[in-house]
Amino acid sequence: MTALKVRDLSKTFPIGGGLLGRARAGVRAVRPMSFEVQTGETLGIVGESGCGKSTLARMLVGLLEPTTGRIEIEDRPLDNADPAAFGKLIQYVFQDPVSSLNPRKTIKQIMEAPLKRLYGLDAEERMGRIREIFASVNLREEFLDRYPHEFSGGQAQRIGIARALAAAPRIIILDEPVSALDVSVQAQVLNLLAGLREEFNLTYLFISHDLAVVEAVSDRIMVLYFGSVVEIGPAEEVFKTPRHPYTKLLADSAPVVGRALSAPEQKDSELPDPLNPPTGCAFAGRCPRATERCLTAEPELKPLGEHQLAACHHPLEG
Amino acid sequence: MTTFLKLLFRNRLAAVGAVVLAAILLLALITPILPLADPDVTATADRFQRPFSTGHLLGTDHLGRDLLSRLLWGTRLSLAVGIVAALVAATIGSGIGIVAGYFGGRTDNIIMRGVDMLMAFPYILLALAIVAALGPGLMNALIAVAAVNIPFFARNIRGVTVGLAGREFIDAARLAGMGHTRIILTELLPNVLSTIVIAMSTTVGWMILETAGLSFLGLGSQPPQADLGSMLGEARSALITNPHTSVVPGIMIFLIVMSINLLGDGVRDALDPRLRSGALTRPRAVTLVDRRGNVPHADQKGLLNIQQLETQFHVGPRVYRAVNKVSLHVNPGEALGVIGESGSGKSVTALSVMGLVASPPGVITGGAVRYEGEDLLAASYDSLRRKRGNNVAYIFQDPLSTLHPLYRVGDQLIEAIQAHHKVPDAEAKARAIELLKAVRIPNPESRIRNFPHEMSGGMRQRVGIAMALANDPDVIIADEPTTALDVTVQAQILSLLDDLRRERGLAIIFITHDFGVVAQLCDRVAVMYAGRIVEEGPTATILEHPAHPYTKRLMACVPELGGGKRELAAIPGLPPVVSDLPPGCAFAPRCTKATEACQQGEIDLAGTATHTVRCIHPEEELA
Ligand SMILES: Nc1ncnc2c1ncn2[C@@H]1O[C@H](COP(=O)(O)OP(=O)(O)OP(=O)(O)O)[C@@H](O)[C@H]1O
Ligand code: SF4
Ligand code: SF4
Ligand SMILES: [Mg+2]
Repeated sequence: MTALKVRDLSKTFPIGGGLLGRARAGVRAVRPMSFEVQTGETLGIVGESGCGKSTLARMLVGLLEPTTGRIEIEDRPLDNADPAAFGKLIQYVFQDPVSSLNPRKTIKQIMEAPLKRLYGLDAEERMGRIREIFASVNLREEFLDRYPHEFSGGQAQRIGIARALAAAPRIIILDEPVSALDVSVQAQVLNLLAGLREEFNLTYLFISHDLAVVEAVSDRIMVLYFGSVVEIGPAEEVFKTPRHPYTKLLADSAPVVGRALSAPEQKDSELPDPLNPPTGCAFAGRCPRATERCLTAEPELKPLGEHQLAACHHPLEG
Repeated sequence: MTTFLKLLFRNRLAAVGAVVLAAILLLALITPILPLADPDVTATADRFQRPFSTGHLLGTDHLGRDLLSRLLWGTRLSLAVGIVAALVAATIGSGIGIVAGYFGGRTDNIIMRGVDMLMAFPYILLALAIVAALGPGLMNALIAVAAVNIPFFARNIRGVTVGLAGREFIDAARLAGMGHTRIILTELLPNVLSTIVIAMSTTVGWMILETAGLSFLGLGSQPPQADLGSMLGEARSALITNPHTSVVPGIMIFLIVMSINLLGDGVRDALDPRLRSGALTRPRAVTLVDRRGNVPHADQKGLLNIQQLETQFHVGPRVYRAVNKVSLHVNPGEALGVIGESGSGKSVTALSVMGLVASPPGVITGGAVRYEGEDLLAASYDSLRRKRGNNVAYIFQDPLSTLHPLYRVGDQLIEAIQAHHKVPDAEAKARAIELLKAVRIPNPESRIRNFPHEMSGGMRQRVGIAMALANDPDVIIADEPTTALDVTVQAQILSLLDDLRRERGLAIIFITHDFGVVAQLCDRVAVMYAGRIVEEGPTATILEHPAHPYTKRLMACVPELGGGKRELAAIPGLPPVVSDLPPGCAFAPRCTKATEACQQGEIDLAGTATHTVRCIHPEEELA
C-alpha cells in the first residue's frame, strides 16, 4: 500500500517585499517533486545543507504551506496546511531533542498534549496510553514528573519519539534524529526506531547528512540537490553504484576507514546561487561530466537500471 | 527558588534594597490602621511646623496638614499608581510583544513599526500630550505613564519571543494539535514570564518617578489628595524658607526608586543563568591554575606537550573531574586525533592548553602544558595572549563563537592579522583575501564584505579556519571542526588541513568522534572516556586491533558507508558523570568483560612504547 504520495510539491519563499510592497522574487527552496513511499518502508533523504530537506519535511507535516502540489496520505489528500489535521497521520521527530521539549513543562504534560488535543482522551485513558508508549520506548514512568533539562540527549530524544507515537501516526518524519547524540547512544536510538517500525507498522522518512547512518537504516534513498530530487533508488545500490555525478561526489567525500584522504572536488567549483538559479542542470558548475546540453536543458528524473532513477543527461554506468 | 533567594541575598546592595522596600511597602499597607491625623484637614494656624514638634512628628505643610500622615498616605497612593501602571504596561506591552514575535512576518512588521513610532517621541512629551488630551487627574496620569512604557515591554518581550517561536517545541505543540491561542498561553507565556518580571522590576521605579513628575506639574493627583509628586509640587514655593516640606517627600521618592532599582538589578543578576551556575564574579581572562603537588619535569616530547593535566570544575560542593591526568603530545607536521563522547573531557583538555576554560568554575589542579619546553600554565597573561593565535590557534565546532555577528568577516580577519603583526591595512587585506582563497571560499574579494549571518554554516566554518590560520600558527587545536558540515565541505577542509601540515609542518590536535576522519587525517589517536585516556597508539594499529573494550565497542557503533542496511551495535547505558566516579575503571558498568578486579583501584596505562591501554582484560595483549 502507498503510505505517502507527493505530486509536484514545491515551495517558493518570497524575498524582498517590505511592509506594504509585494514580494518580487523568490527562493525556490523545493522545486516541484513527486515521489511515493510504501507502508512500512524507510525512505532516507540526503543532501547538503540548504538543499531543501527540512522545507520538504515541514510541508509534509503541515507546518509550512506548499506553493504547489498535493500530499496524499493513505490515499487521502491533505491540502490545507493544518498541523492538527496532519498530526494524526504524520508526525515529526526533531533534530535537537532538548529544544523540542518545552523547558517549563513536565514530561507528562508534554505527552498528554497530543492525546488530549488530537484524540480528546480523558485523564485515565491518557495515562493508559502513556504507559503503553513508555513501555515501547524503554522509558521509566517516574520520568513523567520531571522536566526536560533533567534528561540526557538520548533520553530526551526517546521522549520526543514517544510524543510522536502518542499521536498514533501512520508516518513519522525523522529530521536528523540522531545527529545531536553521542555515537554510543545513537545506535541505541536507531535500533529502537527500527523496532518501533515493526511493532506499529510505521513508515519513516529519515533525513540525515550522515550517509552511513542513512544507508544503515533505509530501504530506499532519495538524494536532493538544490531543491530537486537528483537520484532515488534502493539503499544498497545508491552509494555503491551511483548514477548521478552528485551522488558519486557525496559517496566519495564520506570519510571511510582505509581510504586515503583526497578532496574529490576541484577547489574552485561554484555552488549555484539560489537567488539567481542556473538554467539547465543545477549541478553543472561542479560536474566533471557537464556538456553544452547540461547548461541549457534541465534533466528529468528517469529510470536507469532496474530500480534506480536519476536526473542526469550523462549518467554514470551502473 | 531557594537558590534564587540565596543568590539574590549574596548581593549586598540588592539585600539592602529588598529590606528598605519591604519596610516601605509594609508602612504603606498598614497606613489605614496607624493612629495618624487626617491627611487632608487644614489648620492654617499650625502651618510650617518644624519636624519633631508635638503632635507632628515630621512637621506640617503650608496649610498646616500633618506631613507624616500626608507622606504615608501619599506613598501609598504613589506606590499603588506606579505598580498598577507597571502591571498595565507589562500586560499590554507583553501581549503585543508576544503576538508580534509569535506570528512574525507582516503582523510583526506592522506592530513593531507602530511601536517604533511611539518610541520616536521623547518620553515625557508623549506623557504630557496624553494627559493634555485626557485632562489632568491621577487616573489619566496612570494611563499616560502606562502608555509610554508599553513600547519598552513590547520590544523586550518580542525579542525573547522571536527566539522562542523558532524553537522546535513550538512546532511540536502545533503538531500535537494546539491552536495559536493555546500555544501562546501555555507554551510561550511560561517561558517569557521571567523576562516580564525582570523588565517590570527594573521599570516600576521609573514609573513611580514619572507619575510623581506629572503630579508635580499638577497634572496628576488633584488637591487635596496627596501623592509624593503633588507634595513636592506644593512645597516648591516654600523650598527656601521651609525646606523640610520638600525634603520629606524627596527622601521618600529617593528611597523608593533606589531600593526598587537595587532590588531589580539583583533580581536580574540572580536570574541570569551564567551567574546561577558560577559565582557572582566575572570570568577571569585565564583559567585559574592551582596546582597541588609537583609540576612534572620537562621530558622533551613534542612541540606541544600536555603532561598529567588535571582540570576540574568546582560547582558548589561538587567537584567534576573533567580532565584527569591526561598526557598528550604532538610533533611538528603530526596530526593527533582525540576521540571520545560528549563529556569525556576532550574539549576541556583542549581549552586548558591556552587557559581558555571558564574560571570560575574551572580550575587547573595539576600537570603541565609545555610549548617548546615552556610551561604555559605558569606563563603570564601577556605571554599567553601573545601565543594565542600566533603559536597555538583554535578552530571550534561552532564558528559563531569565533566570529562577531556585527562585523564584516574581512574586518575580523584583518584585525586578527594586525593583532600580532603590525602590517599596513592594504597588506592585511590582501592577506585576508589570500586566506579565504586558501580555505576555498569562492569569490573572496566580495565575500570579505559579508557579515557572518550572510554566509552559510559551512562557509562560516571555513572563515573560522581562516582566522585560525591568519598568523601561521605552529599548532592548531581543532575541536570537532567538521561535525556539523556537509561531507563535501568536510572533505575539502580535511584535505586542506592535511596539506598544511605536510607543507608547513603544522601540528594538529584534532578532536572528533568520527573514526573515518581519524583514519584519514591522523597519525596517532588517543581515546578518552570519563576524563581519562583509555587507549593511545598509532591510528592504523588502533583501528585494526583496538585493545580497550570501549574503543572496540565504540567502533562497532559507528556505521560505515557501504555496509548496507543493518542492525547497529550499541553500548547500553550512558557515560558516567565525572563528579563521583567509582574506584577503578569508569567503563566497568557498561563493560561485558568487567570483573571484580576492575572496580578495585587505579588502573594504569600499560603496553608498549607506542601503544598503551588502561584495562585489566584488554582485547589484545600489548607486548
Ligand atoms: N562550565 C562548566 N561547568 C561545569 N562542568 C563543565 C563545564 N564545562 C564542561 N563541564 C564538564 O566537563 C566534562 C567534560 O566536558 P567536555 O566539554 O570536555 O566534553 P567533550 O568530550 O568535549 O564533549 P562534546 O563532544 O559534547 O563537546 C563534562 O562532564 C562536563 O559536564
Ligand atoms: S546533467 Fe550534466 S551537469 Fe548535470 S549532473 Fe548530469 S552530466 Fe552533470
Ligand atoms: S578494566 Fe575491566 S571494566 Fe574496564 S574496560 Fe577493562 S575489562 Fe572492562
Ligand atoms: Mg566538546
